[in-house]
Amino acid sequence: MNLRKLTGVAVAAVLALPMFASHANAYELVIPTLDYRTGPYAPNGIPLANAYSDYINLLNERDGGIEGVKIKHVDCETGYNTKKGVECYENIKNTAPSRALAVQPFSTGITYQLIPKSSVDEIPIFSMGYGRTSAANGKVFPWVFNFPATYWSQATALVQYIADQEGGMASLKGKKIYLVYHNSAYGKEPIRTLEALAEKYGFEYRGLPVDHPGQEQKATWLQIRKERPDWVLMWGWGVMNQVAIKEAASIRFPMDRFIGVWWSGSENDVLPAGEAADGYLSGTFHAAGGDFALHDDIRKYVYDKGMGAGDRDRIGEVLYNRGLVAVMWTVEAIRNAMKIHGTKEVTPAMVRDGFESLEVDEARLAELGLKDFTYGIKITCENHEGPGRVAVQQWDAKAKKWSMASKFYEPLREITAPLIEADSMAYAKENNVTPRTCS
Amino acid sequence: MAFDLFLLEVVISGLMTGVMYALVALGFVLIFKASGVFNFAQGVLALFAALALYDFLAEDGWFFAVFGFTLPVWLAIPATALIMILLAWVIERAVLRFLVKQEEIILFMATIGLAFVLEGLGDLLFGSDVKPLDIGIPQGASDWLLDNFNLYVEKLEIVAAATAAVLVTALAIFFQKTRVGRALRAVADDHQAALSVGISLDKIWVIVWSVSGIVALVAGIMWGSKSGVQFSLSLIALKALPVLILGGFTSVPGAIVGGLIIGVGEKVAEVYVGPLVGGAIENWFAYVLALGFLLFRPQGLFGERIIERV
Amino acid sequence: MFYRENGQFKSSYSADQAIFPIAQDRVFVIGILLIAFCGVPFVINEYWANAILVPLLVYALAGLGLNILTGYCGQVSLGTGAFMAVGAYASFKLVGFFPEVNYLILIFVSGLVTAAVGVVFGLPSLRIKGFYLAVATLAAQFFLIWLFNKVGWFYDHSPTGMITVRPIDFFGVRVTGPEATPAAKYLFTLTIIATLTLTAKNIVRGRVGRSWMAIRDMDIAAELIGIKPLQAKLSAFAVSSFYIGVAGALYFGVYLGSAEPLEAFDINQSFYVLFIIIIGGLGSILGAFLGAAFIVLLPVLMKNLMVGGFGVASGTAGHVEILLLGALIIFFLIVEPHGLARLWQIAKEKLRLWPFPH
Repeated sequence: MNLRKLTGVAVAAVLALPMFASHANAYELVIPTLDYRTGPYAPNGIPLANAYSDYINLLNERDGGIEGVKIKHVDCETGYNTKKGVECYENIKNTAPSRALAVQPFSTGITYQLIPKSSVDEIPIFSMGYGRTSAANGKVFPWVFNFPATYWSQATALVQYIADQEGGMASLKGKKIYLVYHNSAYGKEPIRTLEALAEKYGFEYRGLPVDHPGQEQKATWLQIRKERPDWVLMWGWGVMNQVAIKEAASIRFPMDRFIGVWWSGSENDVLPAGEAADGYLSGTFHAAGGDFALHDDIRKYVYDKGMGAGDRDRIGEVLYNRGLVAVMWTVEAIRNAMKIHGTKEVTPAMVRDGFESLEVDEARLAELGLKDFTYGIKITCENHEGPGRVAVQQWDAKAKKWSMASKFYEPLREITAPLIEADSMAYAKENNVTPRTCS
Repeated sequence: MAFDLFLLEVVISGLMTGVMYALVALGFVLIFKASGVFNFAQGVLALFAALALYDFLAEDGWFFAVFGFTLPVWLAIPATALIMILLAWVIERAVLRFLVKQEEIILFMATIGLAFVLEGLGDLLFGSDVKPLDIGIPQGASDWLLDNFNLYVEKLEIVAAATAAVLVTALAIFFQKTRVGRALRAVADDHQAALSVGISLDKIWVIVWSVSGIVALVAGIMWGSKSGVQFSLSLIALKALPVLILGGFTSVPGAIVGGLIIGVGEKVAEVYVGPLVGGAIENWFAYVLALGFLLFRPQGLFGERIIERV
Repeated sequence: MFYRENGQFKSSYSADQAIFPIAQDRVFVIGILLIAFCGVPFVINEYWANAILVPLLVYALAGLGLNILTGYCGQVSLGTGAFMAVGAYASFKLVGFFPEVNYLILIFVSGLVTAAVGVVFGLPSLRIKGFYLAVATLAAQFFLIWLFNKVGWFYDHSPTGMITVRPIDFFGVRVTGPEATPAAKYLFTLTIIATLTLTAKNIVRGRVGRSWMAIRDMDIAAELIGIKPLQAKLSAFAVSSFYIGVAGALYFGVYLGSAEPLEAFDINQSFYVLFIIIIGGLGSILGAFLGAAFIVLLPVLMKNLMVGGFGVASGTAGHVEILLLGALIIFFLIVEPHGLARLWQIAKEKLRLWPFPH
């Protein structure tokens, strides 16, 4: 093929792109994903993306889609990069026939990008457990959902866990709780909440930022070694987690007093540290492990047919399960939208309604093959965060397994609610949004 | 803990970190010295070397898939070194050969292109997962120092410092005593003159890139043992840049001394000044420190004096 | 045959010194501008505006700015990301303070603020040269980004340090935020860029530009013939930073809409703009546009071709994309080390002779 022909093909491909599948025959449900299988955060992005793809394949293979309507999975590679994320979003959002039913950006930066766009494009954003915390206020952010819990709820849950170990909220007084955080919008999320908690319960709080990518944290951990905080919390991501856990082990900081956010608690994070990571804690809102009925179905219907996205033996890793729970809720929201609107040809706007009245209880979870996997949720017009419950899981380095180490804590809403109100109202004011009324 | 002891601890940690930076900076210096190329791909070379090494050692690698067994560490390291030499040869053949006599910035850009190629290739060949690299380097704090003196020093970094010392000595001997080393120095001094006395530039470039690839392997092993082998490993190149400008682009001892100064400077600043201004200052502090030195010595501490004629 | 200046006689100095002395060039440029201003806005959709044309124009402007400093004055800088951040944050704060003032004026002022910052960080260039200077500008890069990330005043004390653009009207037309139409965003950016490009073209062929080039070619010799390095270098830093600052304001306001300093303006951004001018051609106005087109379009093109055209899995395509991009950079450097602009020039030479070889 000569150069001119090649250019011609290339240009045609680009031009044809926005109308790519416009000639599909049957109605299909478009679920897009913004994956990152490249770049510095790829080790975390891959299991998330694999789970999404596996679950969608499972539904298509086993049930013929959602309520018999096939799902069309559109993925786009962002490399955890906001600019590529913008291109991806513009690329996929109008994918025929249904348009993108719900976008899961899997990146704080991209979520912030898309939040203002969501109401104009009328495509719901489901930033599951990340993104803008104050999007929990459904009155200001009707198109954004961040259930089952936000970073701020999680901060209150982790502090409650600490209180339980220390013997009650009252004994937090005078304790030192430090936060080691990824120096980015994501890492800064819990600061306000922790400051508010510190003020209320009288513990001493200090934040220690770590710059991206976080390969060198000696100075941070020397300070921790010197000041000997009673507990260390971590909001880390990527290589920062692995290095932090190793450094903590090196200075002999007790692992069972070191708690990561739910993005700092996967196999990737603890395995490089080996035995030293034993006892490390992290927040979570779902179980780890690949022994649930759903996993069996995925192995049977997807991997046995050679359609699996990843390695068979990595089914059930923490981030894989995180991806599963995200796509499961998305699918349930679409199902709910079909039910309330009485049509199988749902649009993104209908799916938004589906999210807003989503109720997945324990019984439904059991039906889905996820008994005791996570907790039931109920979303309402004003509360897009849902229950906000968070538990703590612990790493067993010998068995190489995560297991639940606590109950699910209810968030301290008296702390988070005013912060959410203030931040969402600031957004509303800046962007001339009139909060809607929920009745 | 006594205050002085803590300061000592910070200084030691800084020195050790500095050695780790210097390991990366060394690779830059070697190539710049011999060919005037600012090799942006040095970090990616370290990543690539670590990935290749992991491949020889692990059961989920290509080597195991093809031959059905894995190599012991003492064989895997020379095998990886061979790969790096091969890579150097390919780089010379496919890239550098065509860019002789171009301006520095063009060569610099070419190495960025090279970095992209290696990055994509590394991911395609070896996958993007975090790979724990364990070649038997002791990990964690030195218990003896910690128990007896309450002094915290990381074992891995002691090993790194020792390795760096051996490496620098070996390089010094190589440059001073061997034929090839002399030829390298001749090329570094004057390309034209070196050519005229019969030194083959192509060969020299392959050699210098090979040596630099082996230095990258050492850096890759050290950093990879610390954080697992993953894409982020390539970003350590950025931490080597202030070391380079401080020590001078052309000086091997400069890379070591520069590394030590930067290491200590940034740790002391972060620990003692950081808390006052909100932390995370070490990144820019390293550059400001280097900039401060540059204002007095524009060619870096050990750089060759720049003489300009009209 | 088509590109031949035979018979185009100049009868005055001003005609001889016109920006485009050759009629075909004039026609070509006017044609491009006509298409860009009067054709494209009618067919543009959101994908083309948000994902391709606006970023392309913004990067071209940033490239233009850096090219003034690096290509024309020979001072290599790796602080572009931070200077873009200065422009972005300045415009963010200014819009907050003076919401009723015309956005164009605020962007202009943001550029001036960046110019001032650029001059301060340009001071070391009087003593430090070459790659040493490049790495020294990284001090600016890391320090400024740290500052924007740390000091709450810059981001209006939002809990995450993220800044989000307010909806802004320009003469009654919304140009920022999601409600702005693709055509409005595109035209607003294009107008600014076209004006600034014309200005740049005139600066670089005037006295100031010539003094920069003298400094670039050999600063000591330039000093001997009476060019003051202080003025020349600092004016290059100022003008360059002004352009980069405006680009940063547009990058944040029109293109992205929200930004956090460590991601949007990090060191990669600095490298990215440097790629643009090296690939496009150092010391060439056209080069900034060609380079931006190369760097912005090529990855998208490759991705769409691989994922959409051949059905390659998106992750694999991501790896192949970066590999190919690297290979293409090397390929173009080998074919033409002076960048795409030089290739264009060679093509024009060929056209002049075509179809006769001599």
